[in-house]
Parts: sequence; C-alpha cells; structure tokens
Amino acid sequence: MKDRPQVQDFDWTLLAIVAAICALGVMEIYSSTHASAMAGMHWKQLMWLGIGIAGMFLISRIDYHTLLDQAPVLYMAGVAGLLVVMVIGSTHLGAKRWISLGGIFNLQVSELMKLIIIIVLARYFSEVRTDRLTLPDLVKVGALTIVPAALILKQPDLGTAMVLLPVAAVGAFIAGIEWKHLAIGVVLVALLIPFGWNMRHHLKPYQQQRIETFLHPEEDQRGAGYQILQSEIAVGSGGFWGKGFGKGSQNQLGFVPVRYSDFILAALAEEQGFIGVCVVLLLYLGLILRLVDNAQKAKDRAGMYVVMGVTAILGFHVLVNASMVIGYMPVTGIPLPLMSYGGSSTAFVFLALGLVMNVRMRRFVN
Amino acid sequence: MPSWNVNDQKIPQGRLALVSYVSVVVVVLLMIGFWKLQVVQSGHFADLADRNRTRSIPIIAPRGPMLDREGRVLVDSYPSFSILLLRDDPKSLEKSLPQIEEGLGISRADLQQELETAKNEPKFQPVVIKPAASQADIAFVESHRADLPLLELMMVQRRRYPQNEMAANTIGYVGEVSAQQLEDSDGHYRPGDIVGKAGLEREYNDQLEGTDGMRRVVVNSVGKVMRTLDNVDAIPGKPIQLSIDYDLQAIAEADMAGKTGAVVAMDARTGEILAMLSKPTFDPNDFAVRIPQDEWQKLNTDKNTPLLNRAIQAQLAPGSVFKIVMAAAMLESKAIPESYSVYCPGHANFYGREFHCWRPQGHGTVSLHNAIVDSCDVFFYNVGKQLGIDKIAYYGSGLGLGKRTGIDLPSEEPGLMPSEPWVERVFHHKWYAGETISVAIGQGAVTVTPIQLARMAAAVASGGTLVRPHLLKNDPNMKTESFPLSDNTVEQVTQGLYGVVNEGGGTAYHLRLQNIDLCGKSGTAQLMSYDAANRIGTKKMDGWFVGFAPRRNPEIVVAAIVQDTVEHGGEAAGPVVRDIVKTYYDKKNARTQQTATNDAPAQPPITKPLVATVGVQQ
Repeated sequence: MKDRPQVQDFDWTLLAIVAAICALGVMEIYSSTHASAMAGMHWKQLMWLGIGIAGMFLISRIDYHTLLDQAPVLYMAGVAGLLVVMVIGSTHLGAKRWISLGGIFNLQVSELMKLIIIIVLARYFSEVRTDRLTLPDLVKVGALTIVPAALILKQPDLGTAMVLLPVAAVGAFIAGIEWKHLAIGVVLVALLIPFGWNMRHHLKPYQQQRIETFLHPEEDQRGAGYQILQSEIAVGSGGFWGKGFGKGSQNQLGFVPVRYSDFILAALAEEQGFIGVCVVLLLYLGLILRLVDNAQKAKDRAGMYVVMGVTAILGFHVLVNASMVIGYMPVTGIPLPLMSYGGSSTAFVFLALGLVMNVRMRRFVN
Repeated sequence: MPSWNVNDQKIPQGRLALVSYVSVVVVVLLMIGFWKLQVVQSGHFADLADRNRTRSIPIIAPRGPMLDREGRVLVDSYPSFSILLLRDDPKSLEKSLPQIEEGLGISRADLQQELETAKNEPKFQPVVIKPAASQADIAFVESHRADLPLLELMMVQRRRYPQNEMAANTIGYVGEVSAQQLEDSDGHYRPGDIVGKAGLEREYNDQLEGTDGMRRVVVNSVGKVMRTLDNVDAIPGKPIQLSIDYDLQAIAEADMAGKTGAVVAMDARTGEILAMLSKPTFDPNDFAVRIPQDEWQKLNTDKNTPLLNRAIQAQLAPGSVFKIVMAAAMLESKAIPESYSVYCPGHANFYGREFHCWRPQGHGTVSLHNAIVDSCDVFFYNVGKQLGIDKIAYYGSGLGLGKRTGIDLPSEEPGLMPSEPWVERVFHHKWYAGETISVAIGQGAVTVTPIQLARMAAAVASGGTLVRPHLLKNDPNMKTESFPLSDNTVEQVTQGLYGVVNEGGGTAYHLRLQNIDLCGKSGTAQLMSYDAANRIGTKKMDGWFVGFAPRRNPEIVVAAIVQDTVEHGGEAAGPVVRDIVKTYYDKKNARTQQTATNDAPAQPPITKPLVATVGVQQ
C-alpha cells in the first residue's frame, strides 16, 4: 500500500484507447475541413485536447472525496450558474448557453453541470447505504436530476439535458433499483418518448427550429430529415472499405451536416467504411469496459459511482450519436466524445476522465 | 467522517458486470445498424451519393436556322437563360416558394401550376419556371445561391424571327412539347423541350432540332458547381434553305399589309414556293418564349383566324378564275366546237332560274377568247350546262382542284371539286342541274385553296404538268403529275389569259407590264347571291387574281386573294401579283446583266455565303 497517489497509477491502457480515438477524430476533422473555409480546424482541436489533458491532470490531484464533500455547494453553484445563463447569458444563434468569460472563453455551464451531476449523484447514492433503493430515494434522485435538466432544456439544449438522465439511471441500477420500479421507469420512458416526440412537432415547432438553427447554422435552410438522410447516404455509400481518406463526396462537398462535429462518425464511415466504423466502435467499447473495470476496482462505492457516472454519460453520448448518424435517433446535437470538434465538450470529457483517474489513483490509498 | 464516506459496502460487482454486457450488446447492435447501411444497402446509398454530387445540365442544341433562297436569315436562334426549380426536396421547396415568388415576380398560382404539371415526372427533374430570364432575374438567382439552392440557371437556345411577321403562317412557330408529344416521343423529349408546332417549324422539325448535349458536373451541398465531369456537346440542328425569295416575300407583305387574304408565288417549272403569306397573321416571336395563356386564347379565338394559313387552308369559291378550267374542259373534251359563241344580254335563264352576268348591260356576242378576256359569265353558264358537272369535275380534279397539292406543310386543306357521285354520297340526293350553272363560274359547291389555283394555272400554261409545290430549295423529292392537255387547248386558253392583262377590254388591263408577258385571270367570288347583296347594299367579295409569266411554259405563277373587299379581283388582288412578277423579272434581268458585264464570272452572283449570315448574336 502506498501513502500517496502517483501519476504512474493513471490508467495508461485507458489513456491509450482515448489517444487512439482522439487521433482518429483529429484526422477526420482534418479530412472534412482542410479543403474548406474552415481549414486548420484540426489544430484548434489539438489545442482543445491539450487543454483537456491539462485539466485531467489538475482534477486528478484533488481527492474525489474532497469534491464529494462539496457536492451540495457545487450543485447550488451549478444551478445558480444555469439561472445566470438564463438571465444574462449571451445569446448565440437563438440559444442562451454561454457565460462570457473575459471575451476569450465562453463557458458553457451545462457542460460543467454534467460533471457536477456525476459528483452529486455519486454522493447521494453512497449516502443511501443500501442495496435496495426505496421509492422516496428514487424520487429524490429524480428531483436532483430534473432541476438542472429542465434548466438546460430551457436554453434550449435538448441534447445536454438528456445526457444528465443516464447518470441517474445507471446510478440507480447499481444502487439496487427494485425490479418493479425499473419496470415502471421503463414503461414511463417508453410512453414519454412518443409524447415528447409529438410535443416537439405540435407544441413547439419554433423551438425545434431554434435547436436546429443553433446546432447547424450553415444548414438552417434544410430540415433535420434532410440532415439524417445525407448522413445515411454518407454512411451507406462508404460501403465496406470506405472511399478513402479525403475522398468522401458527401463529406468533402458538404452534404454531411456539421461533418467535423456531430456527424463526424458519418464522415468517417464514408471515408473509412464499415471497417473504420468497427474500429471506432470497438475502441469505444474498450473505453467503456475499461471504465467499468475501474469502477469495479474502486476503493469505495463513492469512487465507483463517480466512475460509473462518467461511464454512463460517455456511453450515452456514443449510443445516441452513432444512432443518429444512421438515422435511428433524431438529431439532438449530442457530439461523439473525443472525436467531434469542440472546446467545451472535449474539456468535459477530459475532466470526467480526470475524475476516473482520481478514483483509480486512490484505490490503494488509505 | 460523513456518513456517505463510510466504506463498509462492497462494490456490487455483478451489476457492474451486467453494465459491461449491456455495453457489448449495444455496440454489436450499432455495428449491425452500420452493417445494414454500409454493406446491405451500400449500392442504393452509393447511387444517392452520386445523384447528390453530380448534376446533369442539358446543353440545349440550337435549332437550325431557316434561310431564304439566297441565304438570307429568316429564322435563327440565340442563347438565353431559363430559370429552373429543383424539386427533389419538397420541404424546402415549400419554404422557398414565397421568396421565389417575390424575387422573380411569378405568381404563386403559376408556380403551383408548373409543379402540378410536372408532378408525375421523376423528382430530380427540375421544372422551368421562367423561360426567358432577365438580367435582374439572373442576378437574383446568382445572389441567392446559398439560401435558395433550388434555383438553377440553364442556358437555352431561343428561336428568333428577325423578320417578325414575315411569312409567319408558312414558317410556323415553336412551343413547349405537349404532354401527348412527350408520351409519343418515347423518351426523346423532356418536359419543357421546344419543338416545332406549326408550319415549316413543325414539318422539318426533325432536321431543325439538334441533339442536346449534356454536361455532368459535381456540385456541393449548396448547388455550387465544383468541377465538370464530362461534356457531351450539343449538335446544332441543320439549317434549311427555303425556296422563298425574301425580295418577293417582302413585296407581297407590303402589298397585303392591312388586308385579309393570301398570296402564293411559285416557280411554275419546279414547284418551288417563292413567296407565301396569309393575312392577318401573328408574330412567331411571341411563341418563342412561353406564350401567356390569354394571348394564346386570343390568337385561337380571333374571328380573323390569324393562325390559319389561308394559302393552303382557306377553302374558298374560286370565282371566275375557275373559267380557266372551264375553257380547258370545253376545248379538251371537244364536246363543244371551238367556234362556239353566245349572245350575252347580261343575264340568262336556266331551269327556270335567272342567272346574272357580272356586267349587267351584257357583253353582246362572245366567243371563247372574249369570254375569257371579259370574263363573261353567260358564256360559261352555257358551256357548263352543255358539259355537265361530271366533265367539269373531271378536268377540275385533273388540274388539281379539290385535292391537296402535297406541299411540305402540315394541315393542308383539300377544298372541294363537287361531282354527282359526291352529292349522292354526302347529301343522298341527285345533283341539281342548276348547281352546274353556278359551278361553271366558280361559285356554288366548288371550293379551292389559293395554292391549288396557282398550281392549276401553271399546269394549264405548261401543257398539263402539275408540279408539287414545296418550300425547300433544291428539294430532291421533286414530284410532278401529268394531266396532258393538247397544244391547241394550251394555246387558246393562254391567249385568252394573255388578253385579260394585255388587251384593251381585259378585266386586268391595268396590270400589264412592259416586256413581260403577264397572263392571268381575275375572279370575284360572291359571298352571297346578287339579289341578297343588292338587298343589303353591301358588296363584300373575295377578290382573286392568278397570274403567270411568260405565256407558255411560265417561270412564275402567283395566286392572290383579298377577302372582304368591295373591289373586283383584278383591282383587289391584281396589283400584288403584278408587283411580285415584276420584281421577279427585275431581279432576273439584273442577274443576267451582271453576268453579261462580268467577263469571267468566277463567283455566283448575289447569293451570299450561306453560313456567314447565320452567326450567333450577342
């Protein structure tokens, strides 16, 4: 047993998988933007990766128990931040999502909220101290999750709001949800999905339009159905072996919507084919399995919940994004972690991985 | 130590393992999803990707120009732009309509109409929403490439008729291919294609229309052309050289301005049409761009029938021109002696009915020659009565009346040469002998077209050779029919026709020309009976003149009719015939003089090089 956590105790296998995914991401960002006005975007992504890695090291230094101690404060701060965004946040293409920080970095509070909800729910589940969650416990979990999710939905940012839910769901499952509650929950979700889908069409078409407009400003003349179709065409026309690096017509000619970000998997699928997609999906599977492995080896339940919260969010991202790309889910603006271009989302993933390292480093520490 | 931080609970390894298994299943499911798209359906999506990135832009072949017999341009084509609306994305189409409506000034109803018409076409086929884009329209499309990617410009070739109304009914017009033609063409035509609809444009459509080319380009997601994949050049339509002589046509047009009627001038030896017009007429340029519905309605319902080519479609009583046939029939059948003469008191009674001569005071005693020169009706009443309708019909038909001449124009009408069998077939009663009297002076049931009269006169003067009129210069399919007439008949009849113009008492003495043996026959067809006309007090008549020169084996024959005139044929229609014949000889003389003055005429005179005048302007 060691007395101090060591950087050598980082999960280097996990980080190798992460590095491979990031490399594929940067490569595909280069391929889909080098011949356009957005050329050079891959350098910016590398910069975000650097910042993310630095953040990962920083957050791994703070004992996660210390972070969990501050959970109520963090939660309050997060919710307050979301409220502030509602009031003074800068409106960018129809959605209020940002707090301007000195003009250089725009802080996307909802990304921070994802980290906070992981910590808050980890703390809550470890406090329950039972293998059988009661209904009141579940309601509390739900309330803790719904409040920030609703605030994020208001921005509007349906995608990020949804991402909070699997943290609660996976946590509840591990904490010992009763089968009947699980069944009720599944039925509720099954009922809510079509209802929500209809809401989207009938009640708030303008909101739907705003989401689309924000997510895909350069495509705003064309509907989400068109984007999905173009994405499917890109994926399907890639075939088994792909069209080759930089040779996907759907990608290079701009038919794939936001091909360097939310639809980067479609761009990759077109150029690298089914083989490339399998490599990517297996890398993600490796990532998830490795995360679960970390959870299994955590020193305590608190650590395990933290790691599983991260696992839930990353897994959900991959599932929803990949499904969207092949038309199995609607366009919700959920990026593919570590591959899609973007500062806030990349930073979030690395901070989340920092939490995982944090837990891992301390598995032998007393 | 806070309660949550008491490490007394074991990690639930089983549930965590379950999460791992679920993850594996989810990834496998996703892979199956990708497999379906990338392996099972990859061909389908590869097609869609190709269709996305490539766009086929037709390169419209220009229609061949039409030249007059000396190579002067009567019809040509010029490049212009059409605006296309792509409709493979119905949702954004619906959204874009208001903006398009405003930007291009097209009403929503028209847009909907276009889309409705094309709704059974494949979705990737664009529709033409503005066939003749102005500079402003083009600028609008160019500047809205990003937000209105549904609009596309296409270079097209538009028909131009530089002489406007000249010979419009002969030349015809073009228009968009009809639904019926589309169906019949078996894929040869696409919606919006321009085809010949009438006249020569229709008759020679196959020669005139070229083969459209195709440019395949790669476009990006906003429709911007990135590069050209391949190019199949358009093959322009072949030019056709008409037998029409611009100079003769121009004279005819000038003389007929403001009148109703038709003129046909023909080379009597070959059947080449030198001039042909019908009045009132239209401007085929109006059809070159899609003609507005109301304009089309107006042209079609106009009671003056501007779309009718009277030269080949108006079926009219020939009036006294028919006396040429009567004279030939009398001499040729030998049923009546050549010396036959009649006393004309200005009227005569047949079968208990009074028939008038056009000159109420009468012609006195007339023989055949004077009867032709003075156009004595009473003489020919008697000839008709003695010949009977069947002999008249035999010679009339033989000389080409009452049947189509076979000119290379669509929709020629046959006219009618009545006979006993015809009456029995159509009216189921016996021929009234009184009818023959009317027919004898070209009234009653007999109707002809102007071109039939021109051909008939030429045939009589050339011993019975019936040429097939045609509008192509040097037509290889020149056909003639023969209805042999004896030399004596030809001599006597043409002497009479010479007298009409050149003898003091002739009905067309005012038309005589120096040094030109112009022969001819006037005709004035009553639109109602003498009695009715006298009662009403109006004298609306159809005035004919058919002339030719020289007297035997003529070079040129001209038939003219002026309708709804108060003048007799000689006055109403005679001058245009005279002017055409005179112009013809003036040109001919100028040509021979030039040939004579040139010691070595190395180059053919006058005729301009054919291609030089057919340039593409602008």
